[in-house]
Amino acid sequence: MTALPAATGKKLGLVIDLDTCVGCQACATSCKEWNTAGYSAPLTDEDPYGSDPHGAWLNRVHAFEASDGIASQTVHFPRSCLHCETPACVTVCPTGASYKRGADGIVLVDPDTCIGCKLCSWACPYGAREYDTSHGVMKKCTLCVDRIYNDHLPEEDRIPACVRACPTGARHFGDLGDETSAVSQLVAERDGFDLLPTLGYKPVNKYLPPRKRRDARQSAPAAGVETAHATGAAVERLFAWVDRVLSR
Amino acid sequence: MHPAYSVILFTTASGAGYGLLVWLALASLFDWTPIKSASGFTGFGLALGLITAGLLSSTAHLGRPERAWRAFSQWRTSWLSREGVLAVATYVPAGLMACGWAIAEDNTGIYALSALLTIPLALATVVSTGMIYASLPTIRQWHQPLTVPVYLAFSLASGAVLLTLFLALFDGEEAGGAMLAFVMLAVAALLKWLYWRRIDEEPRDLTAADATGLGRLGTVRVLEQPHTQANYVMREMGYAVARKHALKLRQAVFLFAFAVPALLVLGVFEAAPWIGVAAASLASLSMALGLFVERWLFFAEAQHVVTLYYGAEAA
Repeated sequence: MTALPAATGKKLGLVIDLDTCVGCQACATSCKEWNTAGYSAPLTDEDPYGSDPHGAWLNRVHAFEASDGIASQTVHFPRSCLHCETPACVTVCPTGASYKRGADGIVLVDPDTCIGCKLCSWACPYGAREYDTSHGVMKKCTLCVDRIYNDHLPEEDRIPACVRACPTGARHFGDLGDETSAVSQLVAERDGFDLLPTLGYKPVNKYLPPRKRRDARQSAPAAGVETAHATGAAVERLFAWVDRVLSR
Repeated sequence: MHPAYSVILFTTASGAGYGLLVWLALASLFDWTPIKSASGFTGFGLALGLITAGLLSSTAHLGRPERAWRAFSQWRTSWLSREGVLAVATYVPAGLMACGWAIAEDNTGIYALSALLTIPLALATVVSTGMIYASLPTIRQWHQPLTVPVYLAFSLASGAVLLTLFLALFDGEEAGGAMLAFVMLAVAALLKWLYWRRIDEEPRDLTAADATGLGRLGTVRVLEQPHTQANYVMREMGYAVARKHALKLRQAVFLFAFAVPALLVLGVFEAAPWIGVAAASLASLSMALGLFVERWLFFAEAQHVVTLYYGAEAA
């Protein structure tokens, strides 16, 4: 049913650390690899070896530049379903194929009853849903529902594929409805935030902001201070480097 | 938003069909034309034909049209489902009224009751269509108080133009029909003008800084897209019409969906019957063209908030 559960037992979701994400795309490729054989398989690619390769992916890693006018920083930004508490993608669904699970809050699409009307993708502000042309149904992040409860997998693998794959530990999985959980504490500690909170979808997934960076303007050598110049010899370049490091 | 032709055809054709159905129900209730078999078959053939063609074409954009029947189940939450349920429900009294008019040549008793029931059901179906779009907070240009009134007004205006043609063909009160069409066209044009003024003036105050939550670091711009080719989200949600084209197309809407049909329907006054029929036919064709442009623009001018992640300046 597309009516939302009054409350969910757990609020399973992800916490994504924008400070440590390096934009390696391991989460995106791992997601694709698992899910093209998983709950909502296949995740079809169109024209994969041609001039216009595209297809359904459940996780996309953007890169943004944030600048205060002088100093700027690159932020890698993974984007997938946020498993919202009030997801309009679910309530607009005319068939009941989209639903939010009462037990754990995971938002899923039943690939056997979806008619491929695409209205849910219009209702999602986060671009989390991608239509699979060859399958004729909508695809979205399942929070690896076929991994996290899977007794056939070793315990350490019972987490979403993206979390398992992340080499920098930038992705965390857990119950965000439980204030004592590791993910909830991380959010509290690091001032985790919601995407587009004003739209009222109440995302469960949280993002951790990049930590404060060293200000390049403060660490540049002051005018008039003599600095060692690298003129070619290896030892001079070493001294120049030491000078730069000590000047910070 | 990418304009899906099947959806444009559906909303315009079935909108005109429901509009005509409302006016036919009123014509039946108030004897605007003799209740005869020929007029019944023509009028309801046109109205129900437009509605049915529209509904069938709307299934063309589905990935799994064979499962379309499932869309009747979620009327508690989904405006799309409500639209489907109401569209089918409207056939019952409309079909009964059509049988009374075209076969029994009777518009009293149960047929009058079915005419009375057809009006709210047809209007509710059009309202549901509008609400599918108006209920989406992700698209500022659709999430507007005027979206539903514009849908209703264009449905009733295009239906009234068809009614004028119908009344001119079957010896009815075509002068009254023409006045009705003229007023409805003016109302639709006025509402659409107000709608366009509103979406032009309303500030687009969401930026990539809001979408990413990175505004705390400064201004945010896209450095690198997550993929080399456009994906589904960009193809479906990223479609936008150039501003200068949009202005020309808006003028075309006022010309073809208001000025031309409004002048032509007045041709039924004091003219030979065949001139009236020809004028009303031309008015209908012009209306169809204008409506198509209006509906295409409704999609092409809609900017989805997700485009902020892909480099849109504001939404």
